[in-house]
Amino acid sequence: MARFLRVNMTDGTAGYEGVPEKYSMMGGRWLTSTLTAEEVPPTAHPLGPNNKLIFSPGIVTGSSAPTSARLSVGGKSPLTGGIKEANAGTRWGQQLARLGIKALIVEGQPATKGKLWGLHVTNESVTFFPADEFAGIGLYEVYPKLFERFGKKADIMAIGAAGEFLMTNAGVCFNDQEGRPSRYAGRGGLGAVLGSKGLKFIVVDGTGAPSSIPIANKELFDQGRKKLTEALMSHDITKPKGGLNSFGTAVLINIMNEAGGLPTRNFSSGRFEGAADISGEALFEGNKQRTGKELYNHACSPGCIIRCSNVWHKPDGTEHVSCQEYESIWSFGANCGIDSLDSTGELIRLCNDIGVDTIEAGVTMGVAMEGGLAKFGDADAAIQLMHEIGKGSPLGRILGNGAAFTGRALGVVRVPTVKGQAMPAYEPRAVKGIGVTYATSPMGADHTAGYTIAPEILGVSGKQDPLTTSNKAGLSSAFQSTTAFIDSSGHCLFIAFAILDIASGFEGMVEESAGVLGTNWTADDVVEIGRKIVKTEREFNLAAGMTKADDRMPEFMKYEPLPPHNVVWDVSDEELDSVHGA
Amino acid sequence: MEDTAKIQVSIRLYAGLRHYLPDLPLGKPTLLILPTGAAVGDVLDRLGIPREETRSCFINGRQRDHDFVLSEGDEAAFFPPVAGGES
Repeated sequence: MARFLRVNMTDGTAGYEGVPEKYSMMGGRWLTSTLTAEEVPPTAHPLGPNNKLIFSPGIVTGSSAPTSARLSVGGKSPLTGGIKEANAGTRWGQQLARLGIKALIVEGQPATKGKLWGLHVTNESVTFFPADEFAGIGLYEVYPKLFERFGKKADIMAIGAAGEFLMTNAGVCFNDQEGRPSRYAGRGGLGAVLGSKGLKFIVVDGTGAPSSIPIANKELFDQGRKKLTEALMSHDITKPKGGLNSFGTAVLINIMNEAGGLPTRNFSSGRFEGAADISGEALFEGNKQRTGKELYNHACSPGCIIRCSNVWHKPDGTEHVSCQEYESIWSFGANCGIDSLDSTGELIRLCNDIGVDTIEAGVTMGVAMEGGLAKFGDADAAIQLMHEIGKGSPLGRILGNGAAFTGRALGVVRVPTVKGQAMPAYEPRAVKGIGVTYATSPMGADHTAGYTIAPEILGVSGKQDPLTTSNKAGLSSAFQSTTAFIDSSGHCLFIAFAILDIASGFEGMVEESAGVLGTNWTADDVVEIGRKIVKTEREFNLAAGMTKADDRMPEFMKYEPLPPHNVVWDVSDEELDSVHGA
Repeated sequence: MEDTAKIQVSIRLYAGLRHYLPDLPLGKPTLLILPTGAAVGDVLDRLGIPREETRSCFINGRQRDHDFVLSEGDEAAFFPPVAGGES
């Protein structure tokens, strides 16, 4: 029987309850956004007693569906002031699902501040444990201690020092398969929500739970699973030794650079002269040189067959950090004028240790450089600034609050954010469709929410010219709806590359979800579910006080031409407003 | 004059295509002299790269098909289907 686990931080109690019928089909983002909309007053202070933080595995998470260990974390964002769903790939979510927990809801707030708690969830019990001894300590030091206490079968959710400091760029950390604190539901400052509730850890151990979630229609599920697996194994981007498996997401560095859409030095250019040195190819070559091996197949979680993650090594062949993703390399690399994977690696490691989102942290660093705190390209200075965040110094508290806050503190105009959230690694002036997504997604500037890069750059799901504006509103809208369902299914978003090109792959995803739940959904049904999720999120934002004015790009992008294509942001307000309809 | 019948184009190869020019450092271009009127596909033929191995061809930062005609000074970059396209 599926259950909700409610954790009340006011009383210090936790208890299971049945799942109301209206939520019975939901999972992942569908459930976190619906519960947030129903249970969090839209005008609640994100760090106050009335916000909630909801963890929900996807619909097929915990089954044998391929690449499906995704977990949604949702609530009201301290960074954007609107609704937020952040997403991570980790076994933690699979264990939660197998324990029959559809949603773990953290609510309330201790009357006395300053004490930290952990929660230990097993098949037999749910118990609090004091966590004050771990306050302020880097997560790379903390995780091994927790694994020693709770065992290797456990998985650990944690907030770092940033969450304890209630910084609006605090992320939610999960361990990877080797126990590193490296898989983040990073965006939107949800770590601070947990910090405001005094909950630093949730340790989940599914020992004794069934090895799979219940499946209502096994035949349909298996049929879907086969179709999706075939699609993933045959598409050039997702297949073994394909693009993602060989070079990771960092394969995009050189591609976006050639396209003139790699934001460089705080979004002042679309091309970086040092791009090749921080690319996926350089990562592969560097690792090969330093370890003597060609490294492939690092998976963030069990059951992933794409396996696009990586572990970066130091010159002496020892491990430095996992994972150097496209976004993280870009934010500290091209966006800061830094051309060394050793430097980006250290900055990423510090983000993991301190507990902040790498995209927001790197864009913050670019704004800080523009504001004169360091020179572009000065990696050592950037590292010192990251340490300030970890210490919680006054400067650190500014930087730990993200790019918009830092921009205001330093009087910087060129601040690349929407709804207060930093833009990711695609320049909207050079790729108009992703700009529409940045402007109109209820999540704030978010690339995964409506990844039009697929057709605009990668030729997936058709071919679109990134520099033109026509039809981009419709394109982004369609992507936002479909993605909202994928985010609810429990699959990694990267299945989209395969399933948008291979129809049977898309059918497979639908049949898996329908098989688990015992529904007879079609492709159109799930896209409609996705559309409704986005609508629910948008309505929450409007009730929270957002208006059309929040669905706009920063002014500087309208008048500052971006090299090398010398383009400005020119999608009209009317086109932006058409994305979500009347 | 002979010179007017030729154009010079710079070429970069990325990801799994790099072995076609193994001595070229990543991100650095090589220069090709081509007859005027040469198209993207002709460059691939000249380098011995099977046309089906590239689906992303950037010319001056814009994606072009194999029949796109090149001009003097064009900068070309080629990626294998790591960058997508229908299989």
